[in-house]
Amino acid sequence: MTRLRVAFAGPHVTLQDSGRLGRMRFGVPASGPMDRKAFAIAQSVFGNPPDAAAIEVSLGGLSLDCVEGQVTFAVVGGGFIVQIGSRRMGAWTVHTLHQGERLVIRPGPWGSWTYLAFAGHLMAPQWLGSSATHGPSGLGGGTLVAGQEVVVQDGRVEPILEGSIPCPIWARPRPVIHAVLGPQDRFFSADSLEDLANQPFYLTNSYDRMGVRLRGPSLTPEGALSIPSEPILRGSVQVAGDGLATVMLADHGTTGGYPKIATVVSDDLDGFVQLRPNDAVRFKLVAAPQAVALARVGDKALRTYLNRPR
Amino acid sequence: MALYRPIADHAVLVEFGTAISDAAHAQVLALDQALSANPFAGFREATPAFVNLLVDFDPIITDHTEVEAHLRRLADQPLTPRTPVTWQVPVCYENAPDLDEVARRTGLSTDAVIAAHLAGDYRVFLYGFAPGYAYMGGLPEAIKLDRKTTPVRGVPAGQIIIAGTMCLITTLVMPTGWWIIGRTPTRVLTGDEARPFLFEVGDHIQFHRVSQAEFEALP
Repeated sequence: MTRLRVAFAGPHVTLQDSGRLGRMRFGVPASGPMDRKAFAIAQSVFGNPPDAAAIEVSLGGLSLDCVEGQVTFAVVGGGFIVQIGSRRMGAWTVHTLHQGERLVIRPGPWGSWTYLAFAGHLMAPQWLGSSATHGPSGLGGGTLVAGQEVVVQDGRVEPILEGSIPCPIWARPRPVIHAVLGPQDRFFSADSLEDLANQPFYLTNSYDRMGVRLRGPSLTPEGALSIPSEPILRGSVQVAGDGLATVMLADHGTTGGYPKIATVVSDDLDGFVQLRPNDAVRFKLVAAPQAVALARVGDKALRTYLNRPR
Repeated sequence: MALYRPIADHAVLVEFGTAISDAAHAQVLALDQALSANPFAGFREATPAFVNLLVDFDPIITDHTEVEAHLRRLADQPLTPRTPVTWQVPVCYENAPDLDEVARRTGLSTDAVIAAHLAGDYRVFLYGFAPGYAYMGGLPEAIKLDRKTTPVRGVPAGQIIIAGTMCLITTLVMPTGWWIIGRTPTRVLTGDEARPFLFEVGDHIQFHRVSQAEFEALP
């Protein structure tokens, strides 16, 4: 058994597995990792199954003291900084933490989320068969707080895996994201649709696991304030009465009455969430068949990467 | 006629109308039921709402055209929604924080507010906002109020709250701008992994009144 005590955890540092699927109809979004590709890569280092938990670290950072045992770990996602004692590395690294050592993960030159996965079984509370944390309710694995301990069962030391792992180009932040108009684009003027396609938007500090509010041209909906609540997805670009757009993310509400002008394709969401507040983002509108093609290209790239010779 | 709207790379929204109606919701539930009995390869999940059904799929396996064709075939056949269950839910109206204010705003006595609430014919139209928040339509017009201008924080689970023509049983400690008119020992988040959510969308709910003493004696 490896015991890790949380010396410090910033806000929104949570336990996550690959997500709690199939419960949208009961008001429960999938949750799971913000950057699903980085999470999958981190878990693949140790061949962990998809329902295995890892720690999602936000820009707030995380410090863990190893109080018992030792374990090899991977930090994947973003350009975070990983430190053990005086030894400093970048994310996209595999290393071993020993008893008495402190592991510090903090933001580096780029990225908003990184994943700490272990060679072993990270113990995490479950809700509805998943340890993904639903942030607003705290149900599932949970949010890490200083003083708490996390335990890795059957932790292994795997020196052969240690070293850096390649960061593929598609894992970088995406300042241009593809989106399909709708399903409620009919409530927006031609000018607003043109602004969405042609103007830059900027991420704001109103950014958490539920969504990120954008700054940019006002996209005021016309006569849509009383539409019946409709389902929302990860990637829905919802526009409130004030004309401001919010991109809904992992912990999104499942239904809502604000019109959705467009929906970001799933393949671009992982790179989108690695942008930071004040970064610019542009929407590139595509038709639904192109969106499907992008999903398949992205999936193939991830699979090729995961199956690369090592 | 249903409208099929493609969403991003992985969903189709089937729309049966633009305004809330029993007829539109019945069609939503019927297609939901037919899809659950006849899923397609790559089907991930369906989310029913007031007037539409969201059908989510795996874009590696299928695409919008195939999914729409499958849904149209289902919709062409006679659709039968599942038989809804009617649930009896006890409500204690004593010491409810907003009952007096609801009475004042509607010009009714508190007893008349309670009688109106008990007389409603409630049905779960959809879940939303937070896990287990089942939106029950059917609140009588006499006690229809807009939401409060400012939400109240930290409202606990098990509260009976109303706004517009909707009624909800809270399941978690959450903020709400709805009016709190009672509380119930009924838990929509059951804690039972085999049946984690008490109501299915489409189920009916009948409220009945219990006293504070009876409420405290209930399990």
